[in-house]
Amino acid sequence: MTETPVNLQPRPIERIRTLMASRLGGVILLLMVFAIILIATLVKGVPTQQLVSLTVRGLMLGGIIALGAIGLTLISGVLKMANFAHGDFMSLGAYMALLAIALLPTGQPMGPFSFGPEFLAALLFAMLVVGFIAWLFDRFIYRRLRARRTMSVVIAMASLGVALLVRSLIYISWGGDFSFFYTGRARPATAELFMGIRVRPDQLFILGLAVVFIIMIWFVLERTRLGKAMRATADNPDLARISGINTDRVVMWTWFIGGALAGASGVMYGLDAQLRPEMGWFLLLPLFASVILGTLGNPYGALVGALVIGVAWQVSSAFLNPAYGPAVAFVVMIIVLLFRPQGLFGKAGS
Amino acid sequence: MALLEVRGVTSGYGQMEVLHDISLEVGSGEIVSIIGPNGAGKSTAMKAVFGLLKPWQGEIVFDGKQIGGLSPDRIVQLGLCFVPQVENVFPNLTVDENLDMGGYLVRGSLAARKQRIFDMFPRLAERRRQRAGKMSGGERQMVAMGRALMLEPRLLMLDEPSAGLAPLMVDVIFETIRTINDAGVAVLMVEQNARKSLELADRGYVLATGRNQLDGNGDELLDNPEVARLYLGG
Repeated sequence: MTETPVNLQPRPIERIRTLMASRLGGVILLLMVFAIILIATLVKGVPTQQLVSLTVRGLMLGGIIALGAIGLTLISGVLKMANFAHGDFMSLGAYMALLAIALLPTGQPMGPFSFGPEFLAALLFAMLVVGFIAWLFDRFIYRRLRARRTMSVVIAMASLGVALLVRSLIYISWGGDFSFFYTGRARPATAELFMGIRVRPDQLFILGLAVVFIIMIWFVLERTRLGKAMRATADNPDLARISGINTDRVVMWTWFIGGALAGASGVMYGLDAQLRPEMGWFLLLPLFASVILGTLGNPYGALVGALVIGVAWQVSSAFLNPAYGPAVAFVVMIIVLLFRPQGLFGKAGS
Repeated sequence: MALLEVRGVTSGYGQMEVLHDISLEVGSGEIVSIIGPNGAGKSTAMKAVFGLLKPWQGEIVFDGKQIGGLSPDRIVQLGLCFVPQVENVFPNLTVDENLDMGGYLVRGSLAARKQRIFDMFPRLAERRRQRAGKMSGGERQMVAMGRALMLEPRLLMLDEPSAGLAPLMVDVIFETIRTINDAGVAVLMVEQNARKSLELADRGYVLATGRNQLDGNGDELLDNPEVARLYLGG
């Protein structure tokens, strides 16, 4: 009688699958995706200098997307809703800054930058207005829907309506043409980084500002009573209420902070390129891709997701038509989700 | 006068009435246990007291104040804290942060209150930087009770504190309830483990199909042949 040897070791394919489903696997996947992009640039014969320069641009774009994505993921976590108006909150922020710059006296450009001190006031104005408007929409639309226990899909559709409303108001007020914060000011790439890579000083300002905001978000979430209450409410809203947390107030602050960050992100995007009424709408898909890639509700995950997507988007433009950038973002997201459906930072099986 | 008085409360979910005319009392410093079969409305009764469900009829009075229909974040301010049966910790927050959230309403330093919790549960002190979601069932129950004790309540409500725990851990939890009570905190708990909880309790209530069946001293109920037959396994 011959006994078939029983192989108790898991088959190699299953071991690979288990590895890919772990957090390390997520990192490996990302590295593989970037390796493919890198190989594609080499095949195309893209000079190293351009490659590094695109990576730097990608990090800057990722920083801008991150500010939007962090707000979006906080709203998803605390309210369990998808806010399709988030991209248009970004556009609104840019146009609010445009309005403020038009009203304020125009100062001399500060140092190497294209903008004067009034720009900083306009940024603050845009953040406050968008934060307040985000809260208003919650107070008069979403809160009423939640009180009636409306399905979350329906609330998400309502946010799509808000998105159209905001964009239409921008079209009515400013028209559909391009606008610039400072029309006619030359913005040469004078700042030299390393390896002879030159960027516009404005872009360094944007990157620096993104870093400052991200540190502030970290501080609020980890070190303040409000931030901990936001994380607690996202974790378990019922338990937050029975701990004495006024969750209505947490919801209010979540909208305000999320809106203000979206506003800032829109202003920064507008400073880098130009203003269009649909600028934020086109960023909505990369925003959601970052949020999902970094695990829904996790602000640090959203940051990493946004940087990955920003870099993949920019670097792939060396060998693809740049119009495909958002599609590249989605391909990266789908590859990761195939192996880790919970995103890079989620626990397995959750 | 009783610390907590529930008089003739009717409540339920949506259209479905689960509690029919429930009444119970907890005196200052007492341990009161509610026992009964699955689906008897034990947990629902706890939720109705704590404002997670609105009472349709009847009164809930805590320390002389009507609390029926108040929101949970108002009720905790009066000195009444609640540990639900499941999902009773913030999984992505550390042990420290869970306790911070328990003391959310406290203005000023939480250090002394936290130290008292850590004295009671030394195991939590060792793991204060760990996320609650990564802990064992028993440790999570300690975090949950610690969180509820941060406001130094006069009445602690526990929904099935021993559910799903290893036997050794069940003893630890019951021991802790005794310690908490010795410090002057009244306890109202719902338990599947009828014998253990009646041994610990001053008084008990038996609920069935959302109605009061029996009540009495813990020992009386333990000796009651009907309770023995139905809930104590002979």
